[in-house]
Amino acid sequence: MKVMNCPLNGPRNISEFAWGGEVKPMPDPAGVSDKEWAEWLFLEANEAGIVREWWCHVPTSYWFIAERNNITDEIIKTYPATELFNTRVEFAAKAAEKK
Amino acid sequence: MIPAFVPLKILRYGFRKKYPAERFIPKQQDLKKSYDVVIIGGGGHALACAYYLAKTHGITNVCILERGYLAGGNTARNTAIIRSNYLTPEGVRFYEQSLNLYRDFSQELDFNILYSERGHFTLAHTDAAVRTSRWRAEVNKQLGVDSELIYPDEIAKLCPHLNMSDHVRYPIMGALYHPPGSIARHDAVAWAYARGAAKHGVEIHQQTPVTGLIVENGTIKGVQTSRGTVYANRVMQAVAGNTSVVAKMAGFKLPIRTIPLQACVSVPLKPFLDQIIVSGSLHVYVSQSSRGELVMGGSTDPYGLYGTRSTLDFKEGLLGHMLELLPMLGEVKVMRQWAGMTDMTPDFSPVMGLTPVKNYYIDSGWGTWGFKATPVCGMTMAHTIANDSPHDLIKPFYLDRFVDYQQVGEKGAASVGH
Repeated sequence: MKVMNCPLNGPRNISEFAWGGEVKPMPDPAGVSDKEWAEWLFLEANEAGIVREWWCHVPTSYWFIAERNNITDEIIKTYPATELFNTRVEFAAKAAEKK
Repeated sequence: MIPAFVPLKILRYGFRKKYPAERFIPKQQDLKKSYDVVIIGGGGHALACAYYLAKTHGITNVCILERGYLAGGNTARNTAIIRSNYLTPEGVRFYEQSLNLYRDFSQELDFNILYSERGHFTLAHTDAAVRTSRWRAEVNKQLGVDSELIYPDEIAKLCPHLNMSDHVRYPIMGALYHPPGSIARHDAVAWAYARGAAKHGVEIHQQTPVTGLIVENGTIKGVQTSRGTVYANRVMQAVAGNTSVVAKMAGFKLPIRTIPLQACVSVPLKPFLDQIIVSGSLHVYVSQSSRGELVMGGSTDPYGLYGTRSTLDFKEGLLGHMLELLPMLGEVKVMRQWAGMTDMTPDFSPVMGLTPVKNYYIDSGWGTWGFKATPVCGMTMAHTIANDSPHDLIKPFYLDRFVDYQQVGEKGAASVGH
């Protein structure tokens, strides 16, 4: 059984986690075209190699970031999402700027 | 009366030059400088496409470039089930055409693919699943596909081995019954297309990885390979499992995640299971091959991976549910286990046709539904390449349907949660 190190709960069985997909910056929902929004929503880099992804520890609903090698199936490191997202993003304000 | 010297006679017959062993594809030659069409990938879909390009459209200056060996990827890693009882009209029409091509396959290509009609049962264990089955049956009937919803008394008559007890975690409440559901020998499908294509002059180059694509002004000009550069008027990629990696060389992104799908077979048993049994809720599908092995699959892996390792989680999950359906298999051993890398799309439909690069075509998005589509993919992609315009059957599966919000939500796909 594979074990993943949850930043909140420590090492836990991989079956307790849900895969959330690639970390990609979300565009401002109010400021993008439908096409750009769909591209962000559906298109994937789907890289082979070391990838940075969202994962969730399901029993505690805790979302975090994991880096893993998706060719060798090795988990390289896991850390809280706050390490990547440390400032508040004001979407509505950005949209207003554009207008 | 049997003569005593038969073995010697057979030996002599075998060594006579008059009856040489048949070579399916000619010995590998040097790559030419250019071709009309280059196909990246040497699996079932690619070989079928080359065959129909040559046979239907008269385009024979075609080259297939395969990184490994012929049909060694997902063509060799599926569970060989053929059916057309999907949910969306687009999907049903497409897979029904494939099933029709499979029916005549052995005759047309003069190659026995051991096509065997078994009857396909999609079990429903919840009210929601019964409702979806009824929905699918009605869509299927409307489009002329033999498909109906049946209830436990009839299921018990048709599949006497199934555990119809109420004292299980998920009792069987009904089933979508699809009599034309079949299995076939998957390798034979690829070999037949390879031989058919080679007879028409298609060149098949194995162990020739494509390392780059030459794109000028948004138009494909050729491909770089480990054996040099090859120019081509038109190029298609049919490399499910590695689709995004190749598309990246062409410079565009796809709505695809690469996720492994595992499967296994039991030791060979006497023939007892005529039907193909599938349960969406239990994530189980099983059929008995012509060799007597039970071919079993479950759901796709819980996370993406470019690898084909096997996991205990998969076997525990699959076989636990299998025992609920067929408890008498308790002492039967698993003999072999494998995995394939699938192209999972958000709407469980393929991505086929034109791409942002001119004269560059794609056959991808083959999640858990690729083998059954092999002939129709070959036929429709050959048409698409020959006419630089998508075949009617694959128009709904165009790449930009995602940015146009025109997805084809295929809830009839197997091995995935809906």
